[in-house]
Amino acid sequence: MGSIILENVTKSFGEHHVIHGVNLNVGDGEFVVFVGPSGCGKSTLLRLIAGLEDISSGKISIDGEDVTDAPPSKRGLAMVFQSYALYPHMTVRDNIAFPLKMAKMDPAEIDKKVNEAARVLNLAQYLDRRPRQLSGGQRQRVAIGRAIVRSPTAFLFDEPLSNLDAALRVGMRLEIGELHKRLAKTMVYVTHDQVEAMTLADKIVVLNAGRIEQVGSPLELYKTPTNQFVAGFIGSPKMNFITGAPAANRQAASIGVRPEHIRISRDTGEWAGTVGVAEHLGSDTFLHVQAAGLGTLTVRGEGEIGIGYGDQIFLTPEPDKVHRFDANGITMR
Amino acid sequence: MARKQSSGRTLVVTIVAWSVGILMFFPIFWTAVAAFKTESDAYTLPQNWLTTPWTLENFGIVQERSNYLRYIFNTIVIAFLSTLLGLVFAVPAAWSMAFSPVSKPSIDWGGWRWLAAILGAAAIAGVILYSVNWDLTGRPLLGIAMLILFMAPITLWVFSRNTTDALLWMLSTKMMPPAGALIPIYLLFNRNGLIFKDWGWANLSDWNLIDSFWGMVPLMMLLNLPIIIWMLYTYFKEIPVEILEAARMDGASVWAELTKILTPMAIPGIVSTCLLNLILAWNEAFWSLNLTNKYAAPLSFFISEYSSPEGQFWAKLSAASVMAIVPILIVGWFSQRQLVRGLTFGAVK
Repeated sequence: MGSIILENVTKSFGEHHVIHGVNLNVGDGEFVVFVGPSGCGKSTLLRLIAGLEDISSGKISIDGEDVTDAPPSKRGLAMVFQSYALYPHMTVRDNIAFPLKMAKMDPAEIDKKVNEAARVLNLAQYLDRRPRQLSGGQRQRVAIGRAIVRSPTAFLFDEPLSNLDAALRVGMRLEIGELHKRLAKTMVYVTHDQVEAMTLADKIVVLNAGRIEQVGSPLELYKTPTNQFVAGFIGSPKMNFITGAPAANRQAASIGVRPEHIRISRDTGEWAGTVGVAEHLGSDTFLHVQAAGLGTLTVRGEGEIGIGYGDQIFLTPEPDKVHRFDANGITMR
Repeated sequence: MARKQSSGRTLVVTIVAWSVGILMFFPIFWTAVAAFKTESDAYTLPQNWLTTPWTLENFGIVQERSNYLRYIFNTIVIAFLSTLLGLVFAVPAAWSMAFSPVSKPSIDWGGWRWLAAILGAAAIAGVILYSVNWDLTGRPLLGIAMLILFMAPITLWVFSRNTTDALLWMLSTKMMPPAGALIPIYLLFNRNGLIFKDWGWANLSDWNLIDSFWGMVPLMMLLNLPIIIWMLYTYFKEIPVEILEAARMDGASVWAELTKILTPMAIPGIVSTCLLNLILAWNEAFWSLNLTNKYAAPLSFFISEYSSPEGQFWAKLSAASVMAIVPILIVGWFSQRQLVRGLTFGAVK
């Protein structure tokens, strides 16, 4: 139930090739996140799975059944859009009931399911309101309710939290995580925010320019990225990349080390530098250090470390946390 | 935020705006005043409009002489039917343009080649017709063949355009002075004209589209179709495609998508478009004066009866005008917000 397999899927819009030969296996009940920079094709890939776009070549199967030519309504999937896409002329109740009405379900049964979904999502008192009378978070929940109520094989989320403010985003992220645990259904989630990816996913698919760069669990991608792109994409703030002498000393074309894996010292260390902007978050301090000959390095210090603009400090990377990359950007083990 | 304006400038702008407003409203106001004066008073109006007595006699006379009710019935029939008929064609057209726009022409030839094709086909047709001395008696097939030859390149051009060009082309058909098309339309509509004559194998000369709803309604529809399509297109574009996609994901068939999602969301746009079309059809004077006489004559014809070779009867003319415009004025007043929204919608994106 709920497995999705993509075999050699490509997509072109005329001369413009967007997706190049993607192979992917989404297991039953998995939470898979498609992540990547803008324009990498993650939303397009999701829409191909949904059936809102036709694939140019390849095969998509859901639960072993070939759905390559099947229209969206016959794939048993439910989608939550970035802009929620609620029907503005219908009440919340009618919005949630719509897919069931399309499936010609018995009205009493529809009422039951709608009330159940509303209860689960805390929407019971909003059932008779219109979308324009709801806040962003409430609209989001109605969109999720509309998806849940169909008991689909899998859920598709297209950047659902992008339109919410930061605080709401964190809360909704937790709710979606809990939803996944409770429903135990397959979820395919698209986001450009790698924090969402790291916190929600069982499996992350990193996409770049229509190709899959790496597939793996969040920690796998964090600890063992296969190339420079993935290494730089996962982790916030971004990994520091250094070429030149430090890389050559480690027999690599370039090396990368995460801000949290660099030790700071006032007295001694491998690299010397002057602190530029220091970001004091209270729980962490991020220093942007101008290191001689190496460019700007971002370094994380725990807590409030009392180093500020203009200070001269020394940085040393933790030896086993340095990633080495060859001339093609592939990780060297 | 609004720019700060000096109070002097605000005063000048206010005066100018009021002046323009009064200037534009004045003729209507004057007509309304003249309608309530006796005929002789109407001639001497400018200086004594407050001192001469008010009277309702003009309305009575006008109604006696020509049946107002029949004219208003004709106008309502033509306006409403042409609007409905227009919707039947315009909704699918605007739908396909808004949701499946085409960005490249399907026949990608370039301007000069098209011009050469169109003029070349016209030239060949001209030469052939010249060779038979422009006489098509007994040569119906030749006539049809020449028509097809002439129309083919133009038709191909029209149907292969991309969406924005097609819309502009439709709008451009409104740029031609209607007088240019009057004679051809008259010939097409008239008994013993181009179509409704005795063809030999069929005698159509009993039928006649002049002075008939069967002629006026399609004609009004075609006249206003570019505007209806354009307005509906701008309204449909406002509907986020994602909502229709969500309906598809929810299992809606094309018909359900159209009736349960698109139409309810498009109703305000459709209503505005209908209102505008009603007003345009109601006020249409050129075609109704030339192509109707008695049976299908709308209110514009009614007004024109009082501007005749016998003289212009100001008071009665004014009364007739007032009777003609009051209904649509009332409709327009109650729907002004819809109308303004509809007319300016495409401008602000």
